[in-house]
Amino acid sequence: MPLLKIKNLHVEVGGKKILNGLDLTVEKGQVHAIMGPNGSGKSTLSYVLAGKDGYEITEGEILFDDQNIAGMEADERAAKGLFLAFQYPIEIPGVATMTFLRTAVNAQRKARGEPELSTPEFMKRVREAAAGLGISQEMLRRAVNVGFSGGEKKRNEILQMAMLQPRLAVLDETDSGLDIDALKIVSDGVNALRSPDRAFVVITHYQRLLEYIVPDFVHVLWRGRIVRSGGKELALELEEKGYAQYQDEAA
Amino acid sequence: MAELKIIRTAAEEGLAEAFQGARASLPGAASVKSLRESAFRTFETKGLPNRRVEEWKYTDLRTLMRDAKPLAPPPDSVARLKAKSAGAFAGAAKARRVVILDGVFAADLSDLAGLEPGLTIGSLGEALSSGDADVVARLSRRSALADDPAFALNTAMMSDGAVIRVADGAAVARPIHLVFVTSATKPVSVFTRCLVSVGKGGSLTIIESHDSGDSVDNQANHAFDIAIADEGRLDHVKVVREGDRALHVASVVTEIGANAHLNAFTFTVGGAVTRNQTAMRLNGSGTHAAIRGATLLKGRQHADNTLIADHAVGHCESRELFKSVLDDESRSVFQGKIIVQPHAQKTDAKMATHALLLSENAEADAKPELEIFADDVVCGHGATTGALDGDLVFYLRSRGIPQTEAEALMIKAFIGEAVEAVENEAVREALMDLARAWLRARA
Repeated sequence: MPLLKIKNLHVEVGGKKILNGLDLTVEKGQVHAIMGPNGSGKSTLSYVLAGKDGYEITEGEILFDDQNIAGMEADERAAKGLFLAFQYPIEIPGVATMTFLRTAVNAQRKARGEPELSTPEFMKRVREAAAGLGISQEMLRRAVNVGFSGGEKKRNEILQMAMLQPRLAVLDETDSGLDIDALKIVSDGVNALRSPDRAFVVITHYQRLLEYIVPDFVHVLWRGRIVRSGGKELALELEEKGYAQYQDEAA
Repeated sequence: MAELKIIRTAAEEGLAEAFQGARASLPGAASVKSLRESAFRTFETKGLPNRRVEEWKYTDLRTLMRDAKPLAPPPDSVARLKAKSAGAFAGAAKARRVVILDGVFAADLSDLAGLEPGLTIGSLGEALSSGDADVVARLSRRSALADDPAFALNTAMMSDGAVIRVADGAAVARPIHLVFVTSATKPVSVFTRCLVSVGKGGSLTIIESHDSGDSVDNQANHAFDIAIADEGRLDHVKVVREGDRALHVASVVTEIGANAHLNAFTFTVGGAVTRNQTAMRLNGSGTHAAIRGATLLKGRQHADNTLIADHAVGHCESRELFKSVLDDESRSVFQGKIIVQPHAQKTDAKMATHALLLSENAEADAKPELEIFADDVVCGHGATTGALDGDLVFYLRSRGIPQTEAEALMIKAFIGEAVEAVENEAVREALMDLARAWLRARA
């Protein structure tokens, strides 16, 4: 049974059709990269997976663990093990990062019928995860993402992922706005979480990220559907030739 | 020329009768009686404030007060029992409790033993009866709210309250908790006046809480007269937890000297209709004064915070910040006026009010005003009203935090910005506990 199976997915946002019969199957342990130009539907795919309001599925289905998640709220999906690393992480004034992490971890545990983490156990896990990402204790005390640089925000996303230990992580343009050092830290953080039980869908514009997070499969998203799939070499080909070649195919 | 006939409402008639009935027995000798008579004439001339009175535009007492409730009878043993448990929310502050029960200073229920040097606490009723010269002089001074009908009515009808004095140089570390309780199960009215004075270089923390039972349409009219001398400091936290049908009208008149400090906070979670009105005047330079508040309302609750910060001299700093969280069909009102008198140069005054609407039927009215007559000042105001940010809620939910919990987290953060200015940590925590209880009741 695949971890994620998207079948003939059609999605409208504000009456405008964005996804147009998308198919994707992700098995445990795999890393899939989704590449495509602006407006091809990359972010829509990430939001519809995470369960954002206003993204209407008009046809097709999304099966997570063989279960249709269309009717599930975002928090239920998260508790089932789905995680979205945002392209533009949101600032939450007045809520300390530590409080936020703890609330999220315990809310998910509660939803799964697991006991809450004790304070020492939680602190230990945060410290370990934060150290690997170069996140200071001072940053953890600050309000979530408030006053964080672009790189700090992305590292904070990966910290949340490390704490929540999802089974499927969708990374939406995690490389955008990162310099090469930050890109390396973030990629190392992601690679450390790779495991046979966990899968990743890495959405990106550029091949550069895939040098650090090496995918098993690369898909080309074009006008709301996947028009080509291949191995990691496909990313190099796209880098070289661009997306122009799909212009004719789709027309 | 036709004779002008004043048509009174049932409530105004009732208040006139109450004053006629009580005037002979209200405490105070001739000079106080004449103050009462004059104040009642002010009230009678103006009548209950209504929407055509600018200061009361959004809180129309003429409509909100259908009738006048009888004066509260002296508290009995059942009332005393109720008073014992009131105000427990602030227990962690280990404050000295002073109970005002059904409008009466209840010495036997108050902790008046071992007062710190320089601190005196007494009953206003007794001070008036015994003709305390200082108290009478203070009441005779023309107050900034003298022409306000609610305050004038308080002057006419005040029966008791607390007189708290901190001598020059006395730093009173232990907070005083003024526990106001209205115990009645049938509607009553109470009129109290408290006088607080902090001497030169003295300091004091006051917690003031108001409790009454649900389903009883009590009417409370309270007033505070506060004087902070040069280099004095007062921290004043007020908590309104009146019952769901209570009318609570409170006036605070504050006069502050030079290089002094005022940190006031009003937390409103109860009551059907609440009006907190404050007139503060800065009379000496180098003073820092802050008035902040948080309001959490649901159902059809209405809460109005109206204040005036009057900079009579220069080189002072004033800060106002009010936050309200409004569910169902509730309504909050904020009216804030900053006055900078001519020559009050180098005034630094900032005022802001923010409302969070949790329901489409909730309403927030904000009216900030600046009246600046000096040219070298830094003054500003801001007001925002909005719903919870949908992108923010989604972000929290995408991390597994359910809707209600996500909203609670954001609401706590929202009011937290105002609450964190409360100096006393135990009081701050007690306020956040009240907010958490409010959020739990909502979920």
